[in-house]
Amino acid sequence: MKKLAIITVTVFLSIKAASADPDNDSLIINDDIQLVTETAAPIHLENLDTIYSGWRFRTDETQALQVDDFDNPAMVFVDKAIDLFNTIDGIEGKACVSCHESVAQFRGLSAIMPKVIDGELVVLESFINDHRDQVMGAEPWKWSGEKMQSMVALIGLQSRGMPVNVKIDGEARPYWEQGKEMYYTRFGQLQLSCANCHEDNYGKMIRADHLSQGHANGFPTYRLKQAKLISRHNRFRGCIRDTRAETFAEGSDEFKALELYLASRSIGLTVETPAVRQ
Amino acid sequence: MQTPKINLITFFFVSAIIGVATATFADIHPGDIIYNDGAVKQSLSGKAGDIESGAEIMNKGAGNCIACHQVTALSHLPFHGEIGPSLDGTADRWSEAELRGIVANAKIWFPETIMPAFYKTTGFIRLGDAYTGKAHEGNVEPLLTAQQIEDVVAFLMTLKEE
Ligand code: HEC
Ligand code: HEC
Repeated sequence: MKKLAIITVTVFLSIKAASADPDNDSLIINDDIQLVTETAAPIHLENLDTIYSGWRFRTDETQALQVDDFDNPAMVFVDKAIDLFNTIDGIEGKACVSCHESVAQFRGLSAIMPKVIDGELVVLESFINDHRDQVMGAEPWKWSGEKMQSMVALIGLQSRGMPVNVKIDGEARPYWEQGKEMYYTRFGQLQLSCANCHEDNYGKMIRADHLSQGHANGFPTYRLKQAKLISRHNRFRGCIRDTRAETFAEGSDEFKALELYLASRSIGLTVETPAVRQ
Repeated sequence: MQTPKINLITFFFVSAIIGVATATFADIHPGDIIYNDGAVKQSLSGKAGDIESGAEIMNKGAGNCIACHQVTALSHLPFHGEIGPSLDGTADRWSEAELRGIVANAKIWFPETIMPAFYKTTGFIRLGDAYTGKAHEGNVEPLLTAQQIEDVVAFLMTLKEE
């Protein structure tokens, strides 16, 4: 009986130890690029004082994979995207490189996406497919497919270390409002909103998962469980599906608006693409 | 509401064989429960709960209570969550009727709570077909059946600190 009590206490303690709030590690990539993983929340974020990168909630083992690009499993896909950038595709006989001298010229772009262009909210994936369609005469890539997400990761990497800085006023405002409304809607039979998990309960364990604040500044992220790059919209779909709700489609206007709102919650954190998660 | 044309005897027979928990006629329908300040006096199935079955529901399926609650009596199972309070001693704090009310629809006691309502069939936004991500079609079943609620309540009643 006494032994049982000791076992019980040990299990309980180990559960406690595994959880807790974000850890105190700091993230410097390749001994060179200092990332902001903790900062004051932007003023439009009423319910949080401090924002933390999802990296701070992961185990030491998972964190380590993001510290050096040689260890980062997402880099294989970044390399594939470099090839794609240089590969001619479509009836116009063009590659990305035909118009864009080097992918480095996209430095800063991912930090300000999504943004409104000609009255429409545009995310990186729609940008890329528009160019494939209109300039290259090439088939669109699948939203969460390997080619698309590899390219989104390559372009995102150019902004790594730059603070997220999306525009949420002017023409962007109605989209931002729409995204915010979604963030606080309690979807599905479990009646859970994004905020219920990522704002009210970050830092706590939900079953075996350590809840982060649900920032999307590391996307596309390499997910160890799935062994591939995961798109933002795929993650949104998964989180909404898990509330026993009917989700929205990847690439839908709803998810674009949610992506803008989510980016606005990360203003001040740095672009971390491509991050590594459990 | 249109009831599907299936032979009811076959239906019950088959459910009994494959051991699937299904609603029975004795059950109080989720829409007909009378909450007295959030408490529900009567057994929802008209029967007593099964403690062992209740303990199982705490850990799996649409119950999965330990996703959010720590329960020392279930410490042989891994990964208890921390979203809700520990349920140790919950039977010292609440009566059976109150626990039934909390499990059936915790939002009556705790209006904004994150805890899902386990015996409710209306008022959902974009209700899905379980975890498929697709829209739900047809009759809505509560997360737990009347008997499963009773089983969980019977288990909770064993959680005494004294
Ligand atoms: C039932 C709880 C729950 C709800 C509701 C929920 N999530 Fe999540 N979410 C998780 C868990 C668990 C993870 C994985 C652990 C983590 O990173 O927090 C996660 C991860 C994420 C991530 C990845 C974070 C990273 O660092 O890689 C994003 C982005 C995210 N969620 C966004 C959302 C959005 C947007 C919504 C609402 C549409 C939402 N979540 C609703 C549980 C939830
Ligand atoms: C998504 C999280 C979540 C799930 C799943 C969940 N609960 Fe809860 N539960 C809570 C929270 C949070 C509270 C505290 C009430 C509040 O203030 O919101 C609570 C409160 C309770 C209480 C009263 C606490 C006390 O003082 O002892 C009981 C009993 C309870 N839950 C039982 C259950 C049972 C049984 C299940 C599964 C059938 C379950 N819960 C599933 C989050 C959850």
